[in-house]
Amino acid sequence: MIRSVIVYGLVSSAVLALTAMGFSLTFGISGVANFAYGAFYILSGFLVWALLNYLKFPFVLAIVVTIGVVGGLGFVTYWSILLRVRGVVLSEVIATFALGVGILELFRWLGFVTYEFTLPSFIKGMVVIAGVPVDYQRLFIIGIALALVIFLYFFTHYTRIGLAFRGIAQNERTAISLGIKSDLTGALSLALGSAMASVAAIVILPLGIISINTGYEVLLIAVAVGIVGGLESVPGILVASLILGYAQVITGTYLKPEWMAVVYLAAIVLVLSIKPSGLFGKFKELEERV
Amino acid sequence: MEDGSILEVENVTKWFGGVAAIITVSFSLQRGELLGVIGPNGSGKTTLVNLLTGFVKPDSGKVIYQGKDIAGQQPYKVAALGIARTFQMAKPFYQLSAFKNLIIPLYSPRVKKLRGGKYGNRDDVAIDLLEDVGFERDSFVPYKVASSLPHGYLKRLELARCLALRPDLLILDELFSGMSMSEVAGTLPIIEKLNTEGLSIIMVEHRLKELFRIAHRVMVLNFGAKVVDGSPRQVMDSDAVKAAYLGDEDEG
Amino acid sequence: MRYRKERLDRGIKVRCDDVFALSSYREVLYLAMPKVLPVAILLIFPLLKGVVGLYYEKALVITCAISLLALSWDLMASVGLISLGQALFFGAGAYLTGYLNYAFKLSPILTIPLGTIGGALFSTFLLLPVLRLRGVYFAIVTLTLPLLLGRFIDTTKILGGGEGISGLSPLPNLWFELYVAIFAMLVCLFGFRRLINQDYGLVLQGIRDNDRAVMSGAINIYRFKVEAVFIAGLAGSFAGAFMTHYYQFVGIPAFAMDYSIVPLTAAVLGGPGTFAGSVIGAFILVPLSEALRGFGTLRVVFYSAILIICVVGLPEGIFHYMRRKYHQFERRREIG
Repeated sequence: MIRSVIVYGLVSSAVLALTAMGFSLTFGISGVANFAYGAFYILSGFLVWALLNYLKFPFVLAIVVTIGVVGGLGFVTYWSILLRVRGVVLSEVIATFALGVGILELFRWLGFVTYEFTLPSFIKGMVVIAGVPVDYQRLFIIGIALALVIFLYFFTHYTRIGLAFRGIAQNERTAISLGIKSDLTGALSLALGSAMASVAAIVILPLGIISINTGYEVLLIAVAVGIVGGLESVPGILVASLILGYAQVITGTYLKPEWMAVVYLAAIVLVLSIKPSGLFGKFKELEERV
Repeated sequence: MEDGSILEVENVTKWFGGVAAIITVSFSLQRGELLGVIGPNGSGKTTLVNLLTGFVKPDSGKVIYQGKDIAGQQPYKVAALGIARTFQMAKPFYQLSAFKNLIIPLYSPRVKKLRGGKYGNRDDVAIDLLEDVGFERDSFVPYKVASSLPHGYLKRLELARCLALRPDLLILDELFSGMSMSEVAGTLPIIEKLNTEGLSIIMVEHRLKELFRIAHRVMVLNFGAKVVDGSPRQVMDSDAVKAAYLGDEDEG
Repeated sequence: MRYRKERLDRGIKVRCDDVFALSSYREVLYLAMPKVLPVAILLIFPLLKGVVGLYYEKALVITCAISLLALSWDLMASVGLISLGQALFFGAGAYLTGYLNYAFKLSPILTIPLGTIGGALFSTFLLLPVLRLRGVYFAIVTLTLPLLLGRFIDTTKILGGGEGISGLSPLPNLWFELYVAIFAMLVCLFGFRRLINQDYGLVLQGIRDNDRAVMSGAINIYRFKVEAVFIAGLAGSFAGAFMTHYYQFVGIPAFAMDYSIVPLTAAVLGGPGTFAGSVIGAFILVPLSEALRGFGTLRVVFYSAILIICVVGLPEGIFHYMRRKYHQFERRREIG
């Protein structure tokens, strides 16, 4: 039993990390609110499905096109909507939130609610690790999650664009005066974050069906991971995913499976009461406290 | 605690990441004293103000105000105890008129207590306060929206905001920055008068000529550490101070 | 020939700005009408029962509930707290009321006030840890709280679980239903407006605009935030409590996103911070959504579109626009 908990906990953590990363990049690191994140996630799933089943695209092409389209959608969202309301927190939140809800409910109205909406796994089959059966798809998830976390860390700490992302979050005026094109950077950040949502969706959705409510859950996960780990910190994403992932699996195995959602609520409330900036969050603490 | 000292700062230190913003700074302030704090840019002056007023929590050391250690307390509690501060970047409530800006501090429990419970119209008090800091009374200036006021007026509004609290200790963070010569000349006597009436004041400033005229004592900071602490004359003659200023950059 | 558009106060408005406001019945009427007329219409409307029909009265009750939620949102927004989950207040009030009625057989006269206060207390308590955070973080958590509570009730099967509690006591009579709803809404509308215009409201807005300055003015901003949330919670929980007895049912739909999105849209449409705008927005949106009932979830898409358009294109909302039209007129002037 313990061994399955350990292995599935790892899988669960990887899923959470992968899910949360795009949101953290956009919101935590660049300071651009993206409440349409969950919608982009689900949109990616449906887009791949449509490309595969209606246009009969080869799998690889479908994936690449989807990631590109959703990334582009992120860019366009910033350029058309966020650009006009940047700086007014109320409007940013509401605009992206409305966009997200609009997209998700549009899908619901269009009837994408039956069981036939699934995505194929990358590799079929499974392997047995330490006496626990794990299918390749889940291993793949762990791999991609790890790769992206490492990529994200180096990207935001060592590349010019990545540092620009962090710059516009901390102090936009200073960033502009240093020659960072704040709007372009923000748009790129939203694009990249959305593309990551796409990647996460493509890899994770094969595990189940594409369900509209998952769109809202994705946002919840991203937020929970961000708050627990510290929104602007990449190591924070890692650690928070591990904590929440294992908490989830342990709750599911030893207590009732239905209580898993409560884990998020408890974690959020707990962290916010004790250390509001998150486990690894640093400077945000000053802003929030003061 | 010495008799007559209102503030004792003991070995206060604050790190931001790898940078030491304030290193074991200690000083004391007597009641009714006007202490100037000067130093090159980046020497930690504003951090010191933040440490004294609760906006930043020190990593070590004590800030003893009227006998109590207030280091790390919430800013509103520190203000309620009687320490008022201005902000380097004057940020009034832009959409409100000048006198309405003062309603908010006048609403605080501290002011209520000082005036013995309920009291009359805050609007009238606000207009009076503005007059005290040099707003022309019978003009429309106090009624103008803050966003339309020139910078010098905004700075004086900051001062009025502090005075609304009836503080025992007033901390001015570069109040004169951005003010014209005539505005400074007009505001200086106001500060001097407040001090002679018994208000203890700490003034962080770059405009040394004006500061030296009214300060009892001056403290010099450089790279987060205290360099010199003495009368204006002593500070002006000090070699260490000359090195601090002329070594890096000209003072502003 | 070039033209310039200029905006001038109407003559009657100028006359009203001074002592002359009371000089004749025309000025008094001009000032009073925008406030009195809608209220009068609202109060008379239910009396037209025979003429207008029951359907419109049901719509009126729901509109009042949404108005209450929108007003509650507006109050929180005035202190800088953007809520994406007003359903929290609604559901809390609804469930508490339903439970008191079901378990203790208390009559609605008791359960509604208790549900209101209890719901507000519970919601405020839940939001306490989050109040210290910046607006965006607050928004995120408010979005998730109703969803999580709904899920919680569903999985733990308490308070009726997925099926909810039905067969609750009805409200005494139709007059009660209509007039209590309208009355509650008007009390909140004028009450909140009064509050915001007092010095207390100035402090709230100060917290929204520049909380550091407010804090250095020796004011405990957290206390004010808590108070604002509680007061807003009273309005929201009342809506929930009232509707529970109106429907004679409470269930997980009490935490549905509808109760978060529609008030939000109404307030944004009407103009955040104006309170009257929230009510106007509700009175526009709810009948509209009833008309669109056939379209199912497309309604929500419709709300989203309105939200985005308003936020980007008309951030001050309809109320300001209407007021401007009422007080000012435009004309074109030749220049050059």
